[in-house]
Amino acid sequence: MKKDHPGYSIRIIGLGNSMRGDDAVGLLAARRLRQDLGDRAEVTEAEMAGVDIVELIKGVGVAILIDAARSGQRPGTIHRFDASTRPIRVGMFPSSSHALGVSEALELARVLGVLPKAVIVYGIEVGHTEAGQPLSPQVAKALDEVVGLVIQECEACHA
Amino acid sequence: MSEETPQMRTIAVDLVARVEGEGALRVTVKGDTVQDVELRIFEPPRFFEAFLQGRHYDEVPDIVARICGICPIAYQMSAVHALEQIFGIRVEGALRDLRRLIYCGEWIESHALHVYMLQAPDFLGYESGIAMAKDHTVMVTRGLRLKKAGNAIMTLLGGRSVHPVSVTVGGFSRVPLRRELEGLKDELLWARDAAVETVRWISGFDYPEFVPDYTYVALRHPDEYPFNEGQIVASSGLQLTVNEFEEHFTEHQVTYSTALHCTLQGSPYLVGPLARVNLNREHLTPLVKQVLADQGVALPLRNPFHGIIARSIEILYALEESLRLIERYEPPPMPSAPISVRPGTGMACTEAPRGILYHRYEVDGDGIVREAKIVPPTSQNQSRIEQDLRLFLPRLLHLPDKEAALECERVIRCYDPCISCATHFLNLEIKRERGM
Repeated sequence: MKKDHPGYSIRIIGLGNSMRGDDAVGLLAARRLRQDLGDRAEVTEAEMAGVDIVELIKGVGVAILIDAARSGQRPGTIHRFDASTRPIRVGMFPSSSHALGVSEALELARVLGVLPKAVIVYGIEVGHTEAGQPLSPQVAKALDEVVGLVIQECEACHA
Repeated sequence: MSEETPQMRTIAVDLVARVEGEGALRVTVKGDTVQDVELRIFEPPRFFEAFLQGRHYDEVPDIVARICGICPIAYQMSAVHALEQIFGIRVEGALRDLRRLIYCGEWIESHALHVYMLQAPDFLGYESGIAMAKDHTVMVTRGLRLKKAGNAIMTLLGGRSVHPVSVTVGGFSRVPLRRELEGLKDELLWARDAAVETVRWISGFDYPEFVPDYTYVALRHPDEYPFNEGQIVASSGLQLTVNEFEEHFTEHQVTYSTALHCTLQGSPYLVGPLARVNLNREHLTPLVKQVLADQGVALPLRNPFHGIIARSIEILYALEESLRLIERYEPPPMPSAPISVRPGTGMACTEAPRGILYHRYEVDGDGIVREAKIVPPTSQNQSRIEQDLRLFLPRLLHLPDKEAALECERVIRCYDPCISCATHFLNLEIKRERGM
């Protein structure tokens, strides 16, 4: 079905670092969504993807990205941004000296003319990001919520 | 003689606006003199050294691949070669070629990202790769496609490009069919031509005059440009086996950083593409030499800003080498050499995109890691970066604080440091102090 209607294809991309505590939340959400959504969406766990996000979203109808965020709000807060027509808040999403953050990668895709028609970004406010730690309880709770929200998002696309 | 106390300046500039920082530069200036340069870098390998203790040797390649999102193959290659030294295994023939090929993929990917997205904007006057992409869409698209060609090699051989999973002690968990490798050829031929254009483009940039007196350090192999094997050589004439690394290179703690600084007999030194190109120039291909001659680029390159030229040379070399290795590939009879575990200590050094990466493991009779030591290229270049900033800063002191900080960031970027490759959160901050 996805191949027959490429304009409505949905790709979900979970971002983060699996070994850095709450920073893994986007990856864990993607893993859950792959089970829950089956063939209703393509799901990718893109650990530290950076500029490769441009390639991952190329050619799909709807891209939904899930990443750790840090804006000073309490851990577990869920942010939703629509990046389809304008830039989202730079600075909230993690990046490194080599990996573009999600907001920068989306702007690069926009400049290069390969941004999908609909791009939704979920950011989950993190607490601890120390190496080797599990998710903190608030972020684990937010993980459940964000999985539900993304499923609703997908259902709306298919409706 | 003036009685005045020279003025102390303090400047704090967030170079990358992030909430939590793990990398920072602090510069103290007194009058016209640079007093202190302190580069603080968070180093993920320190955590991993402890994390590896008590793990079975066959888990090591997957664990170390997670240290760095941009150079997982380097960590895997240093690890498997060190462990193979303990078990008395030598990987030869097609398996050796495949390891060289997957490393080529990583160099292409890592260098293309740095050349096009991170450093070219500095020379063309843009604040970022995104800003540059608006005016230079064709160039940036070419750079991303080059990077993707490297990704494709890593994905085919490694199972995936980030955190590849197929590298094992003894070889690979799966090796490709001949036709699978041949499937890469068309894109790699395009990429080779694009790499020639890249060298031409990069060597035409304007570079600041800056020639510090360096000791270069790289691997050197008698027959080939180095990836996984060779002696450690320095431009001072020093030649060592990899097992002698720790006798000459020492890590020491500095008060301002959790990262260790590594020095060669007490002095800073440089590893990475510039060092590699200079110390191995006889192994560059005729095409590389021709393109450099056409552009009037003479080796050795002694200016750290020319690191971007060295990277573009290595992209071209790695593409030619990939095509050569694919051309002669015959699948090996077994994907991996058989292993019989025995206790011992093994060391290896391989050429990560950013320079030599040293690993040492001690393993017991059950194949359990008792001790691990990892010396990444960035910790080796750290003292050299500080030294170069100290030399470069006097020409920046007349600038407003913000511009001077940006210039410092450009100097730091020449070394392509992995400031927080594996941390995902980065706050690179430069401070200049001003006060009485």
